[in-house]
Amino acid sequence: MGVDGFMYPNEVELQWSLLIVLYPYITGLVAGAFILASLERVFKVEEVRPTYRLALLTALAFLLVAPLPLQLHLGHPERSFEMYLTPHRSSAMAMFGFVYLWYLMVVLLVEVWLEYRADIVAFSQSCQGVRRWIYKILTLGSGNVSPASLRVDNKVGYIITIIGIPSAFLLHGYVGFIFGSVKANPWWSTPLMPIVFLFSAMTSGIAAVLALYMVSMKLRKTPIDMRCVDTVAKYLFYMFVIDFSLEMLDLVQRTYEADESFRSLDFMVHTRLWTSQVVIQIFLGTLLPITLLAVTQLWKFTESLRRQVYLGASILTLVGILAMRWNVVIGGQLFSKSFLGYTTYKVQFAAREGLLPAVAMLILPFVLFFVLVKLLPPWQDSKPTEV
Amino acid sequence: MEISRRELLTKCSKLLILTATAAKALENSRTAPGHDDTYRMAEHWWGMIVDIDKCIGCGNCVRACSKENQVPQGYFRTWVERYQVTEDREHPLVESPNGAINGFSPATREDTKSFYVPKLCNHCADSPCVQVCPVGATFVSPDGVVLVDPDYCLGCRYCMQACPYGCRYFHPEKEIADKCTLCYHRITKGLTTACCESCPTGARQLVDLKDPKDPVHEFLRNNKVQVLKPQMATGSKVYYKNLDGSVR
Amino acid sequence: MAVHRLLRDSGHLLRPLLILLAGLGIFLLVRSAVVPKAFGQYGHYRPAALAVNRQNPLVFAGQGACVVCHDDEAKARAAGKHAHVACEACHGPQAQHAADPLALKPTLPDVATLCARCHAKDTAKPKTFPQVITAEHSGGVVCNTCHQPHNPHL
Repeated sequence: MGVDGFMYPNEVELQWSLLIVLYPYITGLVAGAFILASLERVFKVEEVRPTYRLALLTALAFLLVAPLPLQLHLGHPERSFEMYLTPHRSSAMAMFGFVYLWYLMVVLLVEVWLEYRADIVAFSQSCQGVRRWIYKILTLGSGNVSPASLRVDNKVGYIITIIGIPSAFLLHGYVGFIFGSVKANPWWSTPLMPIVFLFSAMTSGIAAVLALYMVSMKLRKTPIDMRCVDTVAKYLFYMFVIDFSLEMLDLVQRTYEADESFRSLDFMVHTRLWTSQVVIQIFLGTLLPITLLAVTQLWKFTESLRRQVYLGASILTLVGILAMRWNVVIGGQLFSKSFLGYTTYKVQFAAREGLLPAVAMLILPFVLFFVLVKLLPPWQDSKPTEV
Repeated sequence: MEISRRELLTKCSKLLILTATAAKALENSRTAPGHDDTYRMAEHWWGMIVDIDKCIGCGNCVRACSKENQVPQGYFRTWVERYQVTEDREHPLVESPNGAINGFSPATREDTKSFYVPKLCNHCADSPCVQVCPVGATFVSPDGVVLVDPDYCLGCRYCMQACPYGCRYFHPEKEIADKCTLCYHRITKGLTTACCESCPTGARQLVDLKDPKDPVHEFLRNNKVQVLKPQMATGSKVYYKNLDGSVR
Repeated sequence: MAVHRLLRDSGHLLRPLLILLAGLGIFLLVRSAVVPKAFGQYGHYRPAALAVNRQNPLVFAGQGACVVCHDDEAKARAAGKHAHVACEACHGPQAQHAADPLALKPTLPDVATLCARCHAKDTAKPKTFPQVITAEHSGGVVCNTCHQPHNPHL
């Protein structure tokens, strides 16, 4: 059965599975990638300009996949439209549909369109066949690429990015609130939850763009802009330090206050959650990459070594943040609300909410990213390609 | 203008018919839609009282509920827990073998404080499960019963996470959230719930807090009464008499 | 002149804006068509859900229904210790029998397991509740050899 001690009879089965671990991870990557893009656009950190378009496409690829784990998890996905028809204003989950649509349509798609408009119009004239028609549709019927119109695009894009920053915060922050506002669950219930979610999201998003940039440049046999990756890595380091401090604050306060749930949660971390929380999330996924990044900040390494460290740190970060989502979602359901027992979660393989669909949903954004990159090349040196 | 007797009679009878129709319509509008019986939701505020000193852990309530509501096997709209409290252990020994659907094997330790605690949905007035439903598929009815709309529920399971008492489950066939309905289909017909009906000792009793003649008022006034997890401030309407502090 | 220039340089922005507004319009139309008219009448839910929950079939008849026909058993019970034990607590759900008494005759419960469920000795049961260890109490003889279930006190 996998139950130790006593659990309320209906608690033994976990309700939110691997798919619900994936969803905050994916929207976190979206929010984080967008914040990195806004660093250049709004905060004028022009060193990271080479990653600007890449970050936008990363955000878009992941955003398109984000609703999939949720739909697969629902008992009745065909009724999910009800969230748009009769959203319950007291439920944080009800805002999902609107925040998602707002962010996709008004922020991300418009910003991508404005950024790429000149290229789209150029492609719509130079390409042939199906590609020509795709670009023609993407121009939305306007061929105006005069310098004045592009200046207008730039201004509007700036404003949209400014609106986009709190929108990205909302897109991912509300997920943190979904967990943080559940008073019934002491592992989740804390006002810090939305903030911890946000900072870990930004950390994972920046790491994802950093890794994607370096891998893409490698695949295209193009030299990596070291000034760019040095800056991105610096921001990754700062973000991670803040994120880790917040999580440690939660842990220290919890341990100090030692309320009625503490013993039960403490036991759970030391047993069922030991590998995923202490080994993977804290050591391999946080302390190790922070140390690696700190070392590159304090001492001068060769370019080649720095690149390897950045890539390694990014991958470790991505794994660590995924582990954090697992520990929050799954960890919150492994202990009984009676504080007298624990259950186990067995991940199935080929089931609806199993490992196979989860892995597929993690790979799918990269496939979409590949398609987007072909359609809307983010590289500064690219020319319109023929079919 | 002179009104003839005939005109007066006609006018009065028309007025009477109109008033009667309006009154009937008003009466109908205050009952649940689709029913023309005499049950008025506004006249009731349902709850339950449980006397710990009377529960014998026979499991009749669990079996009755399961049959009355076709509860799927392995899931529970109500269940019974047995507590065995001793000074030498920090925590009580708690068990609920298959929700007590087949009762318990007899406890034999004489040196413990042991008792049975029946549990069910608390039909909270400030229900946290209702608060989190994203679409309005679960709600507190006007007569105080927390219900699920089976044709509207998405199966997102947020309500199950939000319930502090573990009384909700995911129906494996219907793929919606399911839970105790306080036998809404029975209490609206003047019957009592299946669990209260089959409880041999009267440990569980359905109560109507809006009925001035209901025994609940005396019960609350004269006894040491507790609700489960009072610190959660859920407005639970299941009141336990002589509930021990060790109960989770 | 300035307006003309503005339109010329920003006119392309109208296109995504129009698409968004059209989408919003379609959404509002669909919403007004699909959301049940009475939604929100009593709270944020479909009032029809109340009726759905009330429509479930009865499985237990409730002792009020049994007593109508089984007057003698009810009188015997009222005089004894099982006065507050409902008929279906022992006899199981009988709504179908109550609806069509001759067509569905209930089977008598198995006495030994039935009585033991309540009366087997258990330290967690209230001390004042009558409970025995069957082997010691009757040497294994079935309960209704001596006790009449409707009025069990000897």
